Amino acid sequence: MFGKGGGVVRAVDGVDFKVFKGETLGVVGESGCGKSTTARLLMQLIIQDRGELVFDGQTVGGSALPLKAYRRQTQMVFQDSYASLNPRLTIEDSIAFAPMVHGVPQGEAVARARDLLARVGLAPERFAERYPHELSGGQRQRVNIARALALQSRLIILDEAVSALDKSVEAQVLNLLLDLKEDFGLTYVFISHDLNVVRYMSDRVLVMYLGQVVEIGDSETLFNNPAHPYTQALLSSIPTLDPDRRTEKPPLAGDPPNPINPPAGCRFHPRCVHAQAICSQQMPVLANTAHGQQVACWMHVAGSAHSLAPAHSSGLAPEEVA
Amino acid sequence: MHITIDPKKLPEPVMQRSAGYWQTVGRRFLQEKVAVAAALVVLVLLVLAIFGPWLAPMDPYQSSMLKRLKPIGFPGHPFGTDELGRDMLTRLIVGTRLSLFIGITPVICAFVIGSFIGITAGYTGGWVNTGMMRTIDVFYAFPSVLLAIALSGTLGAGITNSLISLTIVFIPPIARVAESVTTQIRGRDFVDAARASGAGAFTIVRVHVLGNVLGPVFVYATSLIAVSMILASGLSFLGLGVKPPEPEWGLMLNTLRTAIYTQPWIAALPGAMIFITSIAFNLLADGLRSAMEIKQ
Repeated sequence: MFGKGGGVVRAVDGVDFKVFKGETLGVVGESGCGKSTTARLLMQLIIQDRGELVFDGQTVGGSALPLKAYRRQTQMVFQDSYASLNPRLTIEDSIAFAPMVHGVPQGEAVARARDLLARVGLAPERFAERYPHELSGGQRQRVNIARALALQSRLIILDEAVSALDKSVEAQVLNLLLDLKEDFGLTYVFISHDLNVVRYMSDRVLVMYLGQVVEIGDSETLFNNPAHPYTQALLSSIPTLDPDRRTEKPPLAGDPPNPINPPAGCRFHPRCVHAQAICSQQMPVLANTAHGQQVACWMHVAGSAHSLAPAHSSGLAPEEVA
Repeated sequence: MHITIDPKKLPEPVMQRSAGYWQTVGRRFLQEKVAVAAALVVLVLLVLAIFGPWLAPMDPYQSSMLKRLKPIGFPGHPFGTDELGRDMLTRLIVGTRLSLFIGITPVICAFVIGSFIGITAGYTGGWVNTGMMRTIDVFYAFPSVLLAIALSGTLGAGITNSLISLTIVFIPPIARVAESVTTQIRGRDFVDAARASGAGAFTIVRVHVLGNVLGPVFVYATSLIAVSMILASGLSFLGLGVKPPEPEWGLMLNTLRTAIYTQPWIAALPGAMIFITSIAFNLLADGLRSAMEIKQ
């Protein structure tokens, strides 16, 4: 269905994106913008009201790819490394649980769990029979990663998987993730609010605002030439250590609107410095920019009523705005 | 910017050999002197319940019109005699079995049924939960003594009926505790992780929910044994439970109440046994709970 054989997602809030095989798709946005909901939809822990999830060209939950078969292919690492491990199970039992659900005999599942523990840097002879409360946060997150790999899944959703770790442990786990990706040929959906980490990890980046995709594109393109005013504000909020390059742009003011009753038109317009009449009237859809990313902003729709939009439909983006 | 770190070269924290959860609980329990003492009392009571008829010095049914209501320390009767001249020590020992039986059995039955109801309601959630728990609340609204007497009175006197009525009395509180713990566990990420691995509801409950829910519910149920003994004694006292001449503490308290002005110490003995038993179970439950409250 799609050239590279990746997956397509349509979630309840109009989120529509593709994840290509072998890439890392970073997902960024403010707290409460729907990042975790998107993760849970991808994992089908929440079932969407409308729309569908397509994996390898097959609809998840359909006859060709039932939910249980899809879950062999997709696993998730949760943010809270403690709450995501059963306190009453040894860590090898926690890891072996998923293969056993899928019919792997117990001995084989435990052997696989021990292999994976070694792979994530926890010596099985010392850690396999421990309980989660005896491990540190970084070690527990390694266990969670091992568990996500236990089904030999191809798509791993990392929902703020390193956000709760301290910086040195975070770096170790990030590098472990990169190594594992290479060794097992994994595809990652990497959700984080930490823009530096997302830039380090991701091939492509998706920016969410209030339950919608506002911009999606190659990591470098998006970080160097952010097109959407929200992405620009987000990136200018990254603190820099160089006093000559200190942030001069005004930070994003105010809080996100109530998602229960989002503003009409573009959801970002009440906080946007470029907002014009059209922005509060019609919702923009994702359109290509000259730099190659897709952005949902009237300033980038040729011939729109926005004064900064290109005059005719050449697909050209305006010069650097803001 | 890619830095390769070989996970095998990472420094490993030094840890001693892992102790299992229950080993840790056992070690902590042994550190609490009061709880250990309570456990010893419970152990003695269990020995008396099992071997009572062989340990008792006399025949609990052997009455003697000549030796009625003899005081404590009477020759041949260290704890005196009751209103029919039967040996009090013998009857207290032999009565342990029946008293514990009608105290503990309803709690065990209610533990099984109440946990099943609570875990089903808690894990299913939604309207199933609401329907089940509101039905339970109807029973919960009655004072337990009143409910036990009403049910027992309706079903008729007898041991079986008093066990049934006490079981019904204890199902609602146990179901409530099981439901609230299950609801809390169900919201944890490891249950989501188990769902994400493709496991069915039954497997998730068996592997991930039961182990986390039954412990707290069991401790709560232990504390109900004391209540159950007192209620069972009350039913016997009212003539709804055990029938004379069976030795059972509640019934003994009932029949000896006429002697309260002549031999108050004798009349108080069965009450003292009920008190000791219930406080021992209470302290044991307390000790278990604090030993199991390990940082998770």
